[in-house]
Amino acid sequence: MAEYLIKNGFVFDPVLGIKGDRTDIAVKDGKIVESTALSNPQVIDAAGKTVMAAGVDIHAHVAGPKVNAGRNFRPEDKLFTYKAGKGAMRMAGGFSIPTTFKTGYEYARMGYGTVMEAAMPPLYARHVHEEMRDTPIIDEGAYPVFGNNWFVLEYLKNNELENTAAYISWLLQTTRGYAVKIVNPGGTEAWGWGLNCNSIHDPVPYFDITPAQIMKGLMEANEYLKLPHSIHIHTNNLGNPGNYETTLDTFKLFEGEKPKDSFGRSQVMHHTHVQFHSYGGDNWGNFESKADVMMDYVNAHDNLTIDIGQVTLDETTTMTADGPFEHHLTELNHLKWANRDVELETAAGIVPYIYSPDIKVCGIQWAIGLELALMAKDLMRVFITTDHPNAGPFTRYPRVMKWLMSQKAREAQIDAMKYGDKVRDATFIAGLDRELDLYEIAQMTRAGTAKALGLGHMYGSLKVGMEGDVAVYDYNPETADDPELIEKAFGNAAYLFKAGEMVVRDGDILSNGRKRTLWVDVKVNDNPQVRRDITEKFLKYYTVSEANYEVHEEGYLRNPFRIEVDATQ
Amino acid sequence: MAKIVTDVVCPFCGTLCDDLEVKVTDDDKQILEVYNACVIGTEKFLHSQAKDRLKVPMKQDEEGNWSEVSINEAVEYTAQMLAKAKKPLMYGWSSTNCEAQSIGGEIAELCGAVVDNTATVCHGTTLIAVQDVGVPSCTLGEVKNRADRIIFWGCNPAHAHPRHMSRYSIFPRGFFTGKGHKARKMIVVDPRTTDTAKMADIHMQLEQGRDYELLSALRVALRGAPLPEKVAGIPRETIIDAAETLKSGRFVVIFFGMGVTQSLSKNHNIDIAIMLTKDLNEHTKAAIMPMRGHYNVTGSGEVLGWQFGYPFSVDLSRGFARYNPGDSSSNDLLRRDEVDAVFVLGSDPGAHFPISSVKKIANLPSVCVDPHYTPTTAVCKLHMPVAFVGVEVGGCTYRMDAVPIHARKVVDAPEGMLTDEEFLKMVLKRIKEIKGVA
Ligand code: SF4
Repeated sequence: MAEYLIKNGFVFDPVLGIKGDRTDIAVKDGKIVESTALSNPQVIDAAGKTVMAAGVDIHAHVAGPKVNAGRNFRPEDKLFTYKAGKGAMRMAGGFSIPTTFKTGYEYARMGYGTVMEAAMPPLYARHVHEEMRDTPIIDEGAYPVFGNNWFVLEYLKNNELENTAAYISWLLQTTRGYAVKIVNPGGTEAWGWGLNCNSIHDPVPYFDITPAQIMKGLMEANEYLKLPHSIHIHTNNLGNPGNYETTLDTFKLFEGEKPKDSFGRSQVMHHTHVQFHSYGGDNWGNFESKADVMMDYVNAHDNLTIDIGQVTLDETTTMTADGPFEHHLTELNHLKWANRDVELETAAGIVPYIYSPDIKVCGIQWAIGLELALMAKDLMRVFITTDHPNAGPFTRYPRVMKWLMSQKAREAQIDAMKYGDKVRDATFIAGLDRELDLYEIAQMTRAGTAKALGLGHMYGSLKVGMEGDVAVYDYNPETADDPELIEKAFGNAAYLFKAGEMVVRDGDILSNGRKRTLWVDVKVNDNPQVRRDITEKFLKYYTVSEANYEVHEEGYLRNPFRIEVDATQ
Repeated sequence: MAKIVTDVVCPFCGTLCDDLEVKVTDDDKQILEVYNACVIGTEKFLHSQAKDRLKVPMKQDEEGNWSEVSINEAVEYTAQMLAKAKKPLMYGWSSTNCEAQSIGGEIAELCGAVVDNTATVCHGTTLIAVQDVGVPSCTLGEVKNRADRIIFWGCNPAHAHPRHMSRYSIFPRGFFTGKGHKARKMIVVDPRTTDTAKMADIHMQLEQGRDYELLSALRVALRGAPLPEKVAGIPRETIIDAAETLKSGRFVVIFFGMGVTQSLSKNHNIDIAIMLTKDLNEHTKAAIMPMRGHYNVTGSGEVLGWQFGYPFSVDLSRGFARYNPGDSSSNDLLRRDEVDAVFVLGSDPGAHFPISSVKKIANLPSVCVDPHYTPTTAVCKLHMPVAFVGVEVGGCTYRMDAVPIHARKVVDAPEGMLTDEEFLKMVLKRIKEIKGVA
């Protein structure tokens, strides 16, 4: 395999504490090595360029039934976006919900190497894996959803921690899943009857348990299992004015809890797309930012991580396992609505959405996302996402970086809004003159996310022994002054090396790489009761047989990468 | 000695029953008996055992005489045909696995083909309606566990999806539906008195082709607004009664079939049926689901969706994917003489397309890939027999509610028989050589 020596670039590596020093990076046999280990390297001149580990996305909806339903029901999303195939590339198109090929290419062109699919309905796990298999280059894993699962609701109602853990182990195994995802706990089950849980103390119909109990219980089971990632929460009451209180209530559930894993993460809970959960006011008229309250809390508690869910002011496609929320949204914007309730497990809804800079609420939402990042003390715990495609497509990450790195760019954006002054009044954005630097961007997009995923030993740094995932951007931090250069450079990596192979050069895709599928295999002690419960539920309530539920590695997972955890002790 | 293979998936209809048991001989060569399947499903398994089954590719000469050819010759003919065509039509895909569909997509892309599946003549209108207004739906287990109001509209599951009612929709006792069919109300909308209609609590025997009006009237009734004495031949009282029945349910599901997708108004019928479902969600919980026919037509739509972004009638001839049913759909292309070769796999247009289209196929270079000798074979230049998916080879298939289930292999295919996937891989390899791409 080729050896590379990436010379003279400005290196940013939060794990090694390198803040733009000119350092050479050596890649050999798929890994980062000492430059002395190279015998006959191809030399990459990175002088005047920025060098980072490849990006790691902690939360995006890029594969599976709701993503594909989004593609199929929005032919208009393909207008003007198609590119013909060329060389290693298949034809690729779509804007907010790109085809699988385009998903792989666009992430690679942004210098990303790893992406997590943030919501996998277990019954549809096979579909998620089929799409991931057809997504080139990037390593992927998927989080099965647990927060409305009947097994979980029943075990937790009876405080059966070990049974919950044994079931989680079984489901991760069976679906080849990566982490415990929770979406609108209890509320999505209530949606089976057209209802919802709007606070974390609303009882779930029939199951006689509250969202708070579900989240707390799953956290305990997650730590009992010592999983690489913490529980990954999208809490109740998303998207409603005044919902910051629900979010705070959720944060507070985990006070004093400590992680028990051996993968090096520091959090017991990741809360995703916090922008959607930081709203003040009690209607759309007095809607306002509560980013300050949220970040005061996050800054003062180091056992949680968040991602921002930045609104990008685009036309996009919202999709979430928060079924009642999508119904609420279609009542709000009267655009087309898809919904699919999944037996015993979850539901999902999809509604197109236009975040118009001419709408005050959209402007405020845009400001809140940025505020969360700009008010953060520790950017190893606050990450860039757009909750793709919910608040905007992932292809806008470079633009989000521009906004975070340049007050000038933010001001220009507010000035371009129809109600810019009202947006300033309802938010804190105008008073924030902080401009993030590339070191902080590297924390938010690779070092921090890799650590929070329990993958800090593989990704997110250029330390010797790490995966040979290196991104080089044509951006000179010493001379660049125009914020537009940030967006341009980070959307068109000069080079991306993935597992030691050059897959992007000057924004062009050279190879489809050797994509891996990450999943977590956690061993627990044999649990006959859970085995019996599973068999019974399949016989009585599922419509597929137990024997046909498991997704086998062979055939469905491209280059499976199994992370083993032993929780039998 | 014989053995039983359990949890077998039935590769016939979109009900995709996965609880079949098949008795096979010890050497995995022969199926002896099939349990749990309906008559159609059973027949599908037994038919694979037919002694007169095609085993060797056959080619038709100018005079219409058939002769056997080797597999390599079949691959060569197919590859040359597709590689040389300006705009080949690659049709079918509904009776094969997603693995084969995926390679089919790659070939189509390389050759600038139009890829279309059987939705083009059945639920394509549904897919168009979904693009207009969305679709609130659910999995079949939600129906089993929660639904207490079931509508069958323009479909006759008693014959077309024989185990649908017993597995999912009417009879089963689920978690919240412990009384089974006793606690369910069944409404059938059909101009005919079908065997399904005979079982209904309310049969709305509407005048043929007036579905849109009746659906519209139901929306009016839900709002409590005034109605004329009769709509679509149904008395006002019956319509109001039906609307009240739906409203009073805890979970309503509308199943609909080709009786409504292919009657007058087409996609507009489905538009308004979906809007009725959406309206119902303001009173109770409601979902709607197409009764998809072939066991993996849904899968074909999914694979095309993630590869190209559209569920059927995908035109790749310009180097990017284009979608415009009525223009990029099979029958329109054939009848306008816009395609110059036809490749069929996993369906039988010879039996289901209008005769004018079938005649066009007969005049073009054409290949039929199918385990059976079908009416399509008769008009094609080459027939390539393959193994039965779901009987002799496994693979991913999608049920009518888009739940993916892995079909199982039950017995060995006859010696030397290729699977769809293997044949397509050989064709793809050869096309790459012909076109000189890596
Ligand atoms: S209902 Fe359909 S899937 Fe089930 S056994 Fe009959 S033909 Fe097969």
